[in-house]
Formats: sequence, structure tokens, C-alpha cells
Amino acid sequence: MQNAILLAYLAAAVLFILGMKRLQSPATARAGNRQAALGMLVAVVATLLIQEILSPVEMIAGCAVGATIGLLLARRVAMTSMPELVAVFNGFGGLASALVAGGEIARYLAAAPGAGAFARVAQTSAALAPLDASAAAIGALCILIGAVTFSGSFVAFGKLGGRLSGNPVSFPGMRVLTALILLGALAAGGYLIYGAGASFAAMDMQAILWGSLALGGFALALGVLLVIPIGGADMPVVVALLNAYSGLAAAATGFMLDNTALIVSGALVGASGLILTSIMCEAMNRSLLNVLLGGFGGESDGGGPAVEGAREDLTAQETSVEDVAIQLTYAEQVVIVPGYGMAVAQAQHQVRELADMLQARGVTVKYAIHPVAGRMPGHMNVLLAEADVPYDQLYEMDDINSEFAMTDVSLVIGANDVVNPAARTDKASPVYGMPILDVDRSGAVVALKRSLRPGYSGIENMLFYHENTRMLFGDAKDSLANLAAAVKNL
Amino acid sequence: MLSNLVIFVLAAFIGFEIISKVPQTLHTPLMSGTNAISGITIVGALVATGMVAAPWAKWIGFAALVVAAINVVGGFLVTDRMLQMFKPKQRPAPDATETS
Repeated sequence: MQNAILLAYLAAAVLFILGMKRLQSPATARAGNRQAALGMLVAVVATLLIQEILSPVEMIAGCAVGATIGLLLARRVAMTSMPELVAVFNGFGGLASALVAGGEIARYLAAAPGAGAFARVAQTSAALAPLDASAAAIGALCILIGAVTFSGSFVAFGKLGGRLSGNPVSFPGMRVLTALILLGALAAGGYLIYGAGASFAAMDMQAILWGSLALGGFALALGVLLVIPIGGADMPVVVALLNAYSGLAAAATGFMLDNTALIVSGALVGASGLILTSIMCEAMNRSLLNVLLGGFGGESDGGGPAVEGAREDLTAQETSVEDVAIQLTYAEQVVIVPGYGMAVAQAQHQVRELADMLQARGVTVKYAIHPVAGRMPGHMNVLLAEADVPYDQLYEMDDINSEFAMTDVSLVIGANDVVNPAARTDKASPVYGMPILDVDRSGAVVALKRSLRPGYSGIENMLFYHENTRMLFGDAKDSLANLAAAVKNL
Repeated sequence: MLSNLVIFVLAAFIGFEIISKVPQTLHTPLMSGTNAISGITIVGALVATGMVAAPWAKWIGFAALVVAAINVVGGFLVTDRMLQMFKPKQRPAPDATETS
């Protein structure tokens, strides 16, 4: 029986790998996701056969409650709230790992001689080896990563949903406090390991109990402190990193339970999260450490140096809906560059409408998506997919950049730093070196923006003062709807 | 323990290989999908809830089971919901191209 279970876990791991492989193309991705879900089912069913089930009611109740909540969340949440939902699920994943580790440790405590009422029941459970130092270290790692993922994800959830300020939060001595809490967590973990022993008699139950509890507490605080100093625009990195953490937490749990299915899946997810993290960092030309130290990215609506945002010595040229409509209609190629502003205005449907109308008139419309546009990896793609924009009209940065020279009009919708030419030219600029979309090379640029306020990095975007750039001020959703109406009437 | 480490490292390499080929378009579904996979801890939670006699361990396991189930069920469903929106260029009769 034991071998059959191991084989089932292997099958589950293979299904996960095949499913993830199918995510390499949008055409097969949905089938891939189902394959991975099937793998999960196989793993769960196999687990039910491990040993005698002592409390089936609790098992069924737990699954039913969790599945119902998950189902409701997945069904009800609007596509625009997807970043928050991903963060929440991620947090639950981390919490589950930490709790499983906690449950394991509780089992050891109960199995110890002299544990009073617990000692009796311990004999009925499967033979339990004493918690030795290495097992305790792995348990400590589970609790640490799991709890950091949990609280960090929920802070990210608050920031993404606007429940917490998107601005970097910091206070004097914050880094010192973070360091102290990290030390506290390490000390608590050390205490837990100190309590472990080669035999039950050598185990110090008090140390194990209080060590784990303190570790959990410190880790929760640490997760909060690690995420609050990070600004809204750096969220794609954080979300990807938390995704990696949830995988690593699952893998650590796998080491603790000696369970291959957990180790393989955790490693896959950890690798995936780390790759996304590094892609996001590269797309901002910043190191992970630089992002994590935080304090860099605030919301674009943050006060900034200039209240109205307009530089005294420069003038941006404003344009009107009618002019832009004519410009777009008589263009051969239009490239749309969406940014976080489009997500905030929830203007993706209006974007699609306008694009449809232009395409009907023979204009080639392409979308240029910067890797860090929005608040999570692939954020713009999901929003545009929701608006039924075919994915083959979406171009990645490297594929579209050579096309701007052949583009008549670039329509920048709520994007800012990802199109700032200073990244190419101005060595003094904080965004210098960041790969950008070269919209300034196109024949004309129309930027839809609410005001001239600088982007998250708080730096001026010279693109908006460029001689070929026209500003169309106002809410992106309204502007686009007006544009579509104007194009229709032409 | 050591063989587990071998498995971990090899699986991580497979992960790197597969994921680095995923296009940017699918990064969000990739995240939520892998996140659902990380809900594999449900396996540990099931054992802790249903196969352990110690009461404390059982109730901690129960809490783990609930959150892991949220993660797994919600994660896969929401990924599916997202992925069904990703469509290639429409063919002449857009209504007739409902694929499953």
C-alpha cells in the first residue's frame, strides 16, 4: 500500500509538471491548469489511504468549508481585483504550511511521556520518532516562511486593494526594528531546536512549545514589516516573491513530513516564483535587495514636489478628443501602451472598443505590454483578456520596441515610468537603465493622464513635454469613451 | 533526508526550465496556478486532521485543512476563470468559437 501511495504522489508531481508546461501557450494553458488540478485530486485521494482515518467528520468538514470559501472567492471576485485575490490565496498557502508544521509539533508534544491526558492517545497514533534537531530546524523553517508569507501577503492584499496606503510606509528605526524582530525569530527558532532531542526523554517540551509560538509571532510581525515599506509600483516584485515563499514553505513542510509530493510541488512553485521575481527586477533594472529595502515606489498620486505637477520651465501641449480621433483614424499603425492608470480607471473595455473601431477602419492596432506595468506580473494581460482583446495583439517589450519607428501614433494610457525616455538618456535619473517602451520614437504620442503628476518614482517624465507628445487630460475611461464616439462620427 | 534534498533540487531545476518559457501574457495565471499547486500542503493538513489522535494537533490540522482547501479550490478555479478569457484572434464567426 505504501508503495502505491508513493506512486500516486509521483503521478501527481508528473501531472503538475505537465500542467505547468502547458502554461507555455495560451492555447493549451486552460487544459494545463485542469491537469494540475487533477494532480491535486490524485494526491489528496492517495493521502486518504496512508493510514487509518480517525476523524473522518473533521476531514470532510475542513475540506467542505475551505472548498466553499475558495469557490465563492474565485467566482465572485471581479477581474479588476485579481491582484488582491492572488495575494490572499498566496497568504492562505503560507498559513497552511505554517499550521501543518505547528500541528506536527503539537503531535510531538502530545506524544511525550508525562504529557498527561495526551500520553494515552499518543500510543494509538503511528509510531512517532522523537523530534531531533534537524527535524526541529525544518519545522522552524516551515513556521518562519509560512507565517511571513501569510502576513506579508495580507499586507500586500491591503495595499493592492487600496485598504492600506500604496505609499511606502516607514518610520524612524524601522529597519532596526525589522532586524531585531528577525533576530528574535532566529532566537525563538533556536530555542525550539534546543528543545529537540534524540529521545523523548531528552526533549524539552516547554522550549519546543514556547519556541514555536514565539517564532510564529515574530515571523508574522516580520512579514508585515517586510512588505509595508514597499511602494505600490514595486508590488509586482513582492507578489512574485511571496508566491515563491509559499512554494518554499510547502517544500519545507514536505521535508518535515518526509513527503515527496510536497517537496516536488513546493520546489516547482518556488522556482516559478523566483523566476518571476527576477524577471520583474530586471524589468525595473533594480536588484531584489534594492526593492526589498523599499521606500522607493509610492502611488503616482502622492504629493510629489510640484502640486499640480507641471514644471514651470516646460510646457506640455494639450490636445482635444476630436484631434486625437482624427489622428488615430488616419494612422496606419497605432500602438496602445496600457499602464496602471488603465487598471485604476477600469478602462480596458473602452480600450477594446476604440481599438475595434480603428481596426474596422483598417488601422493596425497593437498593444505594447511592459513586464512591470500594473501591480502584478501579467496584470495588463489579464485585464485586456477580460475585455476580449485577442492575446496575439499583445506584444512584449522586446518584440514591439523595433516597431515604434514605424508607428504613427502611440496611445499611452496611464503608463508613466515604463515609457520615460530618461531611462535611456539621463544618467542622473533614478530610472536610468530600466528597459522601457520606446514610444518617443513613434510619429506621435498621445498620453491619457489625469494630470501631469510624476510617476511612482516621483521623477519628471520628459516624454510628456516632448514636441511630438500631446496630452489628453481626464479620466482614462471617459476619454476613451469620448474618443470612440468621436471616431465613430468621423 | 538527503534523497529528499536531491528531489528538491532536481524539481527546482525542472521548474526553472519550464517556467522560464512561459510568456509574459500568462504570468498572472501562472502565479495563481502555481499558487494553487503550493496548496499541496493540503496533503499534510489531511493527515494532521484525520489521522492524528492528539486533540491539539488535530485542531491545528483542521485550521490548516480549511485554509489549504481555500487555496487549492479557489486557486485552480480562479486560474481557470482567467484562462478562459485568453482567446486568440477571432475567426469570422466569433460566436461559434466557444472552446472548452
